[in-house]
Amino acid sequence: MNDPATPAAHVVDLATSTVRELNHALHQLTTPAADAPAPLAPWRIVAPRGAHAVACGLKVPVTVEIDGPTGYYCAGMNQLATVIAHGNTGTGVAENMMSGLVHVKGNASQSAGATGHGGLLIIDGDAGARCGISMKGIEIVVKGSVGHMSAFMAQAGTLVVCGDAGAALGDSIYEAKLFVRGQVADLGADCIEKEMRPEHHAALAALLARAGLTYATTEFRRYGSARQLYTFKVDNVSNY
Amino acid sequence: MCGIVGLFLKNPVLEPQLGHHFSRMLACMSSRGPDSAGFAIYGHPAAGNALKLTLQHSSEEHDWSVLKQAFDKRFGGASHFRVISSHAVFTVSAPEAEIRAFLEQAHPDVNVMSVGQSIEIMKEVGTPEAVLTRFDVAHMSGSHAIGHTRMATESAVTTEGSHPFSTGLDLCLVHNGSLSNHNRLRTRLRREGITFRTDNDSEVAAGYLTSRLRKGDTLADALRHALDDLDGFFTFTVGTRDGFAVLRDRVACKPAILAETADYVAMASEYRALADLPGIADAKLWEPEPATVYSWSRTS
Repeated sequence: MNDPATPAAHVVDLATSTVRELNHALHQLTTPAADAPAPLAPWRIVAPRGAHAVACGLKVPVTVEIDGPTGYYCAGMNQLATVIAHGNTGTGVAENMMSGLVHVKGNASQSAGATGHGGLLIIDGDAGARCGISMKGIEIVVKGSVGHMSAFMAQAGTLVVCGDAGAALGDSIYEAKLFVRGQVADLGADCIEKEMRPEHHAALAALLARAGLTYATTEFRRYGSARQLYTFKVDNVSNY
Repeated sequence: MCGIVGLFLKNPVLEPQLGHHFSRMLACMSSRGPDSAGFAIYGHPAAGNALKLTLQHSSEEHDWSVLKQAFDKRFGGASHFRVISSHAVFTVSAPEAEIRAFLEQAHPDVNVMSVGQSIEIMKEVGTPEAVLTRFDVAHMSGSHAIGHTRMATESAVTTEGSHPFSTGLDLCLVHNGSLSNHNRLRTRLRREGITFRTDNDSEVAAGYLTSRLRKGDTLADALRHALDDLDGFFTFTVGTRDGFAVLRDRVACKPAILAETADYVAMASEYRALADLPGIADAKLWEPEPATVYSWSRTS
């Protein structure tokens, strides 16, 4: 059903347009004024056939739907936009996202949400290795499982895994919060299980709701930093 | 970088189209490796006990009939050959070691690319598209093929430094990644009698597998040992007489994706290379787990 206030979608066929042309067109969009009669028209991208950098660097509140598998860095550096990928995504989906929503309705390859500062990344399937590596504030909800070394050096933000986590989860983690519903193969250096206090249940419940999930928060365990690595020792400050 | 592709046909009906599908996969990986390319194709096996030798010469004008006459004189019987660009595929009835010794002594300008019953390795410097055109890969048939597009990091851009590397009869290796301990390992393997022709790290990985297989390892065992003995990054694809195997190192930085349908198993560095395969939309797609040997063969 189309909302009468929503303009018809722009359709871009990547069998006939280049990714550069697509991204250039998306980068020309400007945020509508507060009193604008209608939001930006949505975009639909067809036949991506695994192309890299599809819908990267968006900076406006536009909805972009992608029909098919994409390659590296899909929706990278996203700000404000909603990018819905109907298919698997390659390495680094939503890497360095600042804000907005990226929803992968398939599996994601390695380094999903890497270094993300903000926004919400939802992955309906599994994510590969290093999901949320060096995350800096992004919120990531993976409905399936994540691969090894996920949340490596994760600095801030939240990673929720409804399935299992691979080896070395949270290695060298800083202040990010990790919630895992299934099995954790093993924890990385300085990552420990932590108590689920009321505020963690509340934050997790809110995030699950935003991802459309109804799991009880009591099904999850929380993991975070033991703050025992040398980076946490004040005696080492002079070394930097 | 570097790109890898592999296509293994489960359905023999598709064999005449192997080159068509495979060449599109390899061309797609040009952006990952534009400086040279190569492939191993497993086509019609040599009859009886004869061996198929794929040989290369630096000159495309090389007169291979001289070598045919020399083979026939040295080993008796009639050898056959066909010329494909800078390469020639010979069928010779003689033991491998004797053929290699003879070539080394009498025809040192000829490079042995592969030896086996069905394998043919061809590789050259140039863009993957140019290499594919040069060897007319699109019209080749066979049961399976693996290929490589190279972006050189560890050694010079030469035909010898291109992939695949032969690792024994009907066996070959392609590698995406880089190894850190290849110099020391090369020295160790040389003491065992393995010969190397380049400074290439991937050639050392191939020599390592050759060494393990000579000592009696199965291919799967040799690959598992590689996880302990090779220090560095790798996604390997190994071509065998009746199939192929895939292995990623424990960290698994180097990409790999697998697709399987009732008709084929395909492997590539990126999904893009699989996008044109028939039935890909309904294929089972997955990324191989780190430190796990995956293999397929017609016989198992």
